[in-house]
Amino acid sequence: MSEVRTQNTTTTVLAPKIKKKSYLNKIGFGFLYLILGLFAVIQIYPLIWLVFFSLKTNQEVFGMSPFSLPQDPQWGNYLKAWTSGNIGLYFFNSVWMTILSVFLTIILASLVTFAVTRMHWKLSGLVLGLFLVAYMIPLHSTLIPLFNMYNHANLIDNPASIVLSYTAFNLPLTIMILLGFYKTFPREIEEAAVMDGCSVHRIFFQVTLPMTIPVLSTTAIINMIYNWNEFVFVNTFISSDKWKTLTVGINNFVGQYLTDWGAIGATLVISIVPILLAFLFLSDKIVEGMAAGSVKG
Amino acid sequence: MKNVMSNKFVIALYTLPALLLILVLIYIPITLSGYYGLMDWDGIGEMKFIGLENYITLIQDKMFWTSTWHSLLLAIFSTASLLLYLAISLVLASKIKGSDLLRKIYLIPMLLSSVAIAQLWMKIFDPTNGMANKLLEFFGVENTPIWLADPAIALYAIFIPVIWQYAGFYILIYYAALKNVPDEVIEAAKIDGASPLQIAFKIKLPLISNVFKVTIMLAVVGSLKYFDLIYVMTGGGPNGASEVMASYMYKEAFKLNNFGYGSAIGFGLLIICLIMTLLTSKLTKSKDDVQN
Repeated sequence: MSEVRTQNTTTTVLAPKIKKKSYLNKIGFGFLYLILGLFAVIQIYPLIWLVFFSLKTNQEVFGMSPFSLPQDPQWGNYLKAWTSGNIGLYFFNSVWMTILSVFLTIILASLVTFAVTRMHWKLSGLVLGLFLVAYMIPLHSTLIPLFNMYNHANLIDNPASIVLSYTAFNLPLTIMILLGFYKTFPREIEEAAVMDGCSVHRIFFQVTLPMTIPVLSTTAIINMIYNWNEFVFVNTFISSDKWKTLTVGINNFVGQYLTDWGAIGATLVISIVPILLAFLFLSDKIVEGMAAGSVKG
Repeated sequence: MKNVMSNKFVIALYTLPALLLILVLIYIPITLSGYYGLMDWDGIGEMKFIGLENYITLIQDKMFWTSTWHSLLLAIFSTASLLLYLAISLVLASKIKGSDLLRKIYLIPMLLSSVAIAQLWMKIFDPTNGMANKLLEFFGVENTPIWLADPAIALYAIFIPVIWQYAGFYILIYYAALKNVPDEVIEAAKIDGASPLQIAFKIKLPLISNVFKVTIMLAVVGSLKYFDLIYVMTGGGPNGASEVMASYMYKEAFKLNNFGYGSAIGFGLLIICLIMTLLTSKLTKSKDDVQN
């Protein structure tokens, strides 16, 4: 802050110039808008292009400009994508594995954060440290031993391996986000509940947990996005179609259609529509969750 | 009051399930990874102890260092691209209309799975029908590249979707941080006649330098363990041209069944990640921390 103050005094000299610049500023702003708009096009156009070619025939894709609209929308591509693979099944697997893992992660993380910030015990710092350090460990380094452990426990090609892995690897970040909320949160209500002779369980489930719902929904959303899009665990631990999730299922499925662009495009669109719909309705929460995901110093 | 809130049984009940999960699924595997590295093992049969042989091979393995270099290159590119994101956020946060909508548009690629992004960009990079080359042809480029099939540019071609994917995420973080800069400070500077550029460089940027450091860390560590997109788009090819540490480990273990050597690579990945984390935090630590 001290730097800022010295700067303020030194810039006083420039004050008279500022009025003359206003019309130049407008041009400048127009230019900046152009850059921002161009960047928005770069971010969104590949997806529009994807929707376009998902509705085209191969002749259109190969013969015409990639910027042309589909001549006669081929909705059949979507029918083909949905019926000829197991997309419906993958979709269902993604949904239930995601929801179950998110639920487990949030409950376990809340319990830990509550115990660390509200209860009194000597090792709380050490336990919290273990969770925070785990965030730095690259999951790929654990992959081979995890594979071996699941193999010995007969959990390979079993959805339990996926749910357990998702839960464990999302705990550190979830606890970090919860921690920020718990720390700024007033303890008076909980203390009053203790005075009234409430048990710890009642305080946690009936006082603390309901009060943390705003941050819980934020962590739920960020966990959901991570789990929904997760690839490497399912690709490594699951081999039969029965348990594949959408990401892995789609990757294998798309690989079979090397040249049918319409079907590939339709499959990809189907896989991203749920997340885009969620974004449409929950964008503020998602934005908040994404920003919270980075709070870790 | 202390009695209820220091009940040992309750504390154990609340923390042990989660603690057990991360110990068994994160800490034990990470230790085992170093141990398996000492073994000759195909993943199915018996392990045979061979001492440091895998690690010695690893240090002399050109492919490992090439893949490490590729991972570091990605880290450098990702970190450099932060400057672009920062510039965009500065404009976005300067009270312009439509910044909310733009911010949300920028974020969309971040919501998609790496698989969807990889498959989409494989189509964009398709040499004959992809958007990239059609665009180049439109601008009159004659010898259009073959992108992912060209060993000289495959790696750099993959950097494009990686940077595309994360742009919105970092812009979002910077935007949130810039919005936290108190208005009074900026108003005061304006009254003193500071130009928008001066406000940006002398006031806003120093005030969000801590957030910038965090994002450097995220970009470096995220790049070092980057895997999904590369695995799907090129599998590390052609001929190792786009191999990174994680994809090399995956190939050795799960494709070639060299689980012992794969573990050694995984352990190497862990060590390099830790070293780079420490190095980055050392390098970004500056006078600012003294002020705090």
